[in-house]
Parts: sequence; C-alpha cells; structure tokens
Amino acid sequence: MLYFSRLKTALILLACALGVLFSLPNVMRAPAGWLPWRQLHLGLDLKGGSYLLLQVDMDAVLRERLEGLVDTARRALIAGNVGYQSLAAQPAQDRVVFRLRDNAQQAAALKALRDALGTSAAGATPELQVQASTDGTVSITLSPPALQERASAAVQQSIEIVRRRIDETGVVDPQIARQGVDRIVVQLPGVSDPERIKQLLGKTAKMTFHLLDSAANVTAASPPPGVEFLPMQDNPAQKLPIRKRVEVDGGDLTDARAAENPQTNEWVVDFAFNAAGARRFADITRANTGKPFAIVLDNKVISAPVIREPIIGGRGQISGRFDARSATDLALLLRAGALPAPLTVVEERSIGPELGADSIRAGALALGVGFGLVIVFMGVFYGLFGWIANLALVVNLILMLGVLSLLQATLTLPGMAGILLTLGMAVDANILINERIREETRAGRGPVAAMEAGFQRAFSTILDSNATALLAHVMLFVFGTGPVRGFAVTITVGIITSLFTATMLARLIMVRWYGRLRPAALPV
Amino acid sequence: MLIRSRFRLVPDGTRIAFMRGRFLGLAVSAVLSLLSLGLFVYPGLNLGIDFKGGIVIEALTPGPADFAKIRASLTHEHLDTTGVQRFGAEDDVLIRLESQPNEAATQAAADRVRHALDQAVPGTKVLRVDAVGASVSADLLHEGMLALAISFLMILMYIWFRFEWEFAVGAVVTLLLDITKTIGFLVVTRLQFDFVMVAAILTVLGYSTNDKVVVYDRMRENLRKYKSMPLRQLIDLSINETLNRTLGTSMTVFLASLPLALFGGETLSGFAWTMLFGIVVGTSSSIFIAAPILLFLGEHRLRKDAVAARPAKPPATA
Repeated sequence: MLYFSRLKTALILLACALGVLFSLPNVMRAPAGWLPWRQLHLGLDLKGGSYLLLQVDMDAVLRERLEGLVDTARRALIAGNVGYQSLAAQPAQDRVVFRLRDNAQQAAALKALRDALGTSAAGATPELQVQASTDGTVSITLSPPALQERASAAVQQSIEIVRRRIDETGVVDPQIARQGVDRIVVQLPGVSDPERIKQLLGKTAKMTFHLLDSAANVTAASPPPGVEFLPMQDNPAQKLPIRKRVEVDGGDLTDARAAENPQTNEWVVDFAFNAAGARRFADITRANTGKPFAIVLDNKVISAPVIREPIIGGRGQISGRFDARSATDLALLLRAGALPAPLTVVEERSIGPELGADSIRAGALALGVGFGLVIVFMGVFYGLFGWIANLALVVNLILMLGVLSLLQATLTLPGMAGILLTLGMAVDANILINERIREETRAGRGPVAAMEAGFQRAFSTILDSNATALLAHVMLFVFGTGPVRGFAVTITVGIITSLFTATMLARLIMVRWYGRLRPAALPV
Repeated sequence: MLIRSRFRLVPDGTRIAFMRGRFLGLAVSAVLSLLSLGLFVYPGLNLGIDFKGGIVIEALTPGPADFAKIRASLTHEHLDTTGVQRFGAEDDVLIRLESQPNEAATQAAADRVRHALDQAVPGTKVLRVDAVGASVSADLLHEGMLALAISFLMILMYIWFRFEWEFAVGAVVTLLLDITKTIGFLVVTRLQFDFVMVAAILTVLGYSTNDKVVVYDRMRENLRKYKSMPLRQLIDLSINETLNRTLGTSMTVFLASLPLALFGGETLSGFAWTMLFGIVVGTSSSIFIAAPILLFLGEHRLRKDAVAARPAKPPATA
C-alpha cells in the first residue's frame, strides 16, 4: 500500500492533468479550433429559459386510424355488395365492428375486407385482425404492436413538426426530445415568456380545402351523409355545410407567407402548392368555377370564397380577417406542416434571466463559503494530513468539473448543491484514513506500519460506505427529472472522483512526503 | 506549524457507555417517529406544485407592489388565486393558483396571469412561471416514491450482501426511523415538499447508511478481534473508536450544507435545512438506534463462541 511504482504515479498524475485539461474549457476560450473544447452547460434554471412538456394525444391517433378503417370497410363492403348495419369504431377496444344483414354473406364480407385491408387470410402477425363470429358481427381489430408503432411514429413526427415550428420562431438552440411514451420535452434557452410558442404548438394546423353542399340546410338537426356543419373561425355561431371529402390537402403546400393586401390593407396569407397540389387545385377550380370553396383549418372554416376563375399557377391567397400577428402565425404553421395528433402543453417552467443570475450568485456564494468551512475544519482538526486532504479536495473539484464537462452534463441549481455536498462527503475518506492511522500509531505501530494499516483497513470501509450513497443517487438519476437530475449527476460523478482523489492522490502525496522527510512520528 | 493538530472532537480513549442508554434512545426515537407519522396523516406534507400541480408565478413590479390592484386585475380575469403575497423584497410578488380542471386550462390560466399582471402594473417583469398539470404532478409523485422505495431496497440488499442479516435489519429499521422523523420535520416546518426534497431525503438516506456502515464495519472487525468480549461491551467499544470519525464527517457535511441553508436561495434552502436535520438524526441514530437494535438481534448469535457452542447440524443424507 505504501509503494507506488513509477507507472502508477505517472497514471495518477496523468489523470489529474487530464482533469485540469478537461475543465479548462469552462474558464477559457479554445486556443485552437480542432481541440475538443467541451463546456459544462448551464441548466435553464441558471441561465433563464423555458421548459415545456407536451403530451401527444394518443387517443386522437387511435380514433383517426379507426375512422380511416371505417371508411375503408364501408367502401369495401359496398363494392362487394355485402349488406351491413351499425358500422362503427370502438376506440376502447381498438376495433371497428359491424353486423351482417345476412349471415350467409360472411365469407364474402371477410374476403372483401381482407382484400381491401391487405391482410392475408392466414394472418401471420398482421397489423389488423379481421374476425367474424357466428351471430353475424364482424370486427377489425388493431394489434397492440401495430398501435404502438403508429403511436411511436406519431410522436416522432410530432417532434419533427415541433422542431420546425420552433425554428421558424427564431429561438436559438432549442432542445426537443422525446420523454417516455407520449411526451415531448422542449427546452427554450433565453425564452422567458413562451406564450406565443405555447399557442403555436397547441394548434394541429391541419388545413384542407373542401367544396360546400349548397343544398344542405344548416339549421337541420343532423347533416346529410358525407357533409358536416363546421363553424366559421371568426364567428363560431355561423355554420357552413362542408363536404367531408378533402379536395386539396395542406400537406401539398410548399410555401406560405403573410402579406398585407395593398388595396384593402387587410392581412392575408399567400401560399403555393407543389406540382401535385397545383394540378389538383387547377382541376377543382376549373370544374367548380362560380361555386364557394372552403378553406378549413382544424375543423374551423377560415373562409369560403367563391371561385371566380380557375387557378392554374398553384398559387393562392387566404383572407380571413387576419391581423399582422395571426397572419404571420398561420403562415408559419402552414410552412412547418400539420401535427399528426393534437398536442397539449402539460407543464411549463419558465425562469427569467434575472432570477437565473440571482441563483448563480446564491449558489456560488454558498459553494465558496461551504468549501472554505470544510477546508478550515480539515486543516484545524487534522493538521498536515488535513491539508493534504484539502489539496486532494481541490483536485477533486477540478476532476468533477472535467468529467462533467466531458459528459456535457448540465449544471443546475440543485447540481451546485450536489457539488458542495460531495465536497463535504469526499473528505470522509480522508477522515477515515487519518483516524485509522492515528489509532494504529496509538496502538504502538511505527509510522510505516501505521500508514500501511491505515490505508488498508480504511479502504473497505470507504468502498462500502460510498457504494450505498452511490446506489441512492443513481436511482435519483433514473427517476428524477429536470434540475434534480443535475443534482444526481454531479453527486454521482463526485463520489467516483472523490474515491480516486482521497484514496489514490492523497495517499501518493502522504507516501511521498514520508519518503522524503522520514519523520520519527506521524503528524496524527 | 500546522503539521500536527492539537484539536480533537472527542479525546482519544473516550469510553462512553452508549448501550446503557439503549432503551431511552429507542423509546425517544420511536415516540418521535410515531408523532411524525401522525403529523404525516394530519396535517400532512405541504406538497409543492411538483406533486400537487398548479401555478406559481413570481414577478418583480417596477415600484413597491400594489397588491390590491393586482388582486383586482386577477379577479377581473376570473382567476381564482390561492394567494397573492409579498415574496422577500416589497416589489417581489408571488401568485399561486390551484391546478385547473384540465391541462389546457392550467396552461391558459398561467398565460392569463401574465396578462393580468401586465395590465395591473405595466412594466412588471415575470421572474418565474411554474405551471404543472395534474397528470404531470401525479407522475412526478409516482416517480419520486419509486425512487425512494427502490433506493431503500437496494441499500437493504447491499448491506445484506456485505454483512450478516442482523446488520441489514438494524440498518433498515434505523433508516425507516430516520426517514419518518425527516418527514415529521418537513410537516412541522411547512417546507414545500417538491422533487428536490425527494433528493434531500435520498441524500440523507445515503449519508445515514454511510454512517451506519462505518460503525458496523468496526463492529464486524472487533467481533473477529475480541473473541470473548460480550457484545454489549464490544458495541460500545466500536462506537467509541469510531466516534471521532462519525462526528468529523458529520461536521464536514454539516458545514457544507449550512451555507446552502443560509444563502442558497429559496429552492436550495429548504433542501439544505432538511439535509442539516437529516445529518443530526442520521448521526445520532447510528449510535443510539442502529447499535442497540444490533445488540437485541445479535445478543446470542453474533458471538463466534456462541455459534461454536451450538450443536452442529447432522449432515444431510441423500
């Protein structure tokens, strides 16, 4: 325990040097561009910013999928001349069911459905399962893995759209990540009032173009088949009979810009379609000149202008009593694309830059004072070996910074508390070693034997006591979120680096000191 | 020169008969823990918004805050606040709202508070907005409790693996007593119980275990060293031998936490006070609780000679 080979000494010193090197980026600029200059990130609670947690509406994903299945089934059954009744989606059971009018048509019904849905009769592990029971009910059930896949794809796609929308707002360096099954974390550094972003993210922005059913009576209790009554955006009391069939989809847009109409001084949104959209748009407007054409956004009619002439360039304009802001926002949403499912903001945490700066000041003050108190205590109660422990403690702090920078960890306010607590606990190893050496000395051992025994006996205790603390904090990291995670990270890293500095570095210094001076008695 | 220190927390060779006070220690601890459990049931923890959901907004008004005007503006916006109060300086305002019936309403309410504030006192700076929906807070509570439970189990398993089962039981019972008292402390002080408090409790748990492990480690060593010493005397000896270390480490962790409690700011001070309380409880329980429990459990078992005196089991036959 007292002998350090040259190699071991070199390795210990190298580790310390690397620690210094990796912590340097936090205090100075990179001297050369090619160096991996990694800094510790400041958490939003320290630098100010917004944290938003979004929930993807999975029920909507399921409902939309089932509605699609209902449509497909209806068409397949009609095409196959199969009589059916009460065809409906049952979201709670992940399925679509209907009853056959004539049970003898069961085989024909199954064939029509399987052909339309593309599932094989043998059905290995298809996305869908088509089943018929003897009482004439037929069900199309979505398999759980397929549902999960679809939900997962919806979240992935939502993340992409969220990213595009936020990028459009000009927020610098946003971080968007999936959390759990159906949640998305959005971190916006420097944004202390995320109201506009919350509003932008809360809109599905599904835009479609529809024809109107001029024969329908909007005061009727229920709309005729294939038609729905949708409210006007700026006047929800007024409803229009919109044909359900989507003539042109907003997904075909390539651009959308807000502009002010010079004649009317009204704000409008100019848009452009891709080739496919432009062709569809031209066909529809040519065939329906003189009829109203509704622009529907998230189940609300923005406007329903009358088509005056065929629009063949694939360019159009939406006017709907916009002001500068609503026109800009709509254009932004249309450019970024529609969300596959509605998003709800379920958590917001915003910190202004003033409060972040206050927190840094408070944390730094506490860190400085606490560090000073621990150092004075060690120096006063443990003399020279206490100062060696203090030196190891300073190296530990540098190593912690180095490792945290290397991991690109985020420093949060609780993380600063974690650093301080680690410093308080790190000297425990030195205290254990020093107390042990003192005991061995009192038991009559000479300096070498006392140091030898002190290091050796204290080591297993140090390992045991640190292992349990480590376990608790790893759990905190696994289950914790946000700033608390920062605490778990710093303290976990700190426990590991302190094991090195207290048992290796401090020991090396103590042994070197002894080897050089050969004192008759140890300063314990 | 600072080479050799003259200061000791307790003089060498201290021999305090801690085990004489074992019944008193256990009784006091049990009573405090029972009281804490009672307090946990009523009035219960002061759950913060992490676990209860709701909205907290801190704002800085240009001059001294006009609370009447702010309240009127909030009422005008039909916002039902549970508190509009001064927070530190006289231009610092804290507004609290319960969580709304659904997630979207909670977020909308947070935005409306911003507007109401801006209307009441133009130029108000919003320093902080926390708006946590009901589903998130329920999840956070679940995760916090899971973290506590699993850490507890892992510590139990670790000690069981490294020591005899008597030690594991002693440690876990002591830790349970420590945690209940810490919760009692949180109830009495009305400190906000947020996720950061789970971190505090886990840190106390880790610290307290660490302390017990060191004392147990010495007992295990002494059990091998002094084969014929009665367990009670042996436990006292082990505690006394490690007393300087126990108090020394408590001091350093205490000294590190104290400045956090005094100037760490609102978020950290609650955390740090809990740590300070936990350090005191954890250190004293190593001596007055963990050791006596071991004495009761191990009176006849942990002694090597007692084990040797037991009749050997007949070899199992096939």
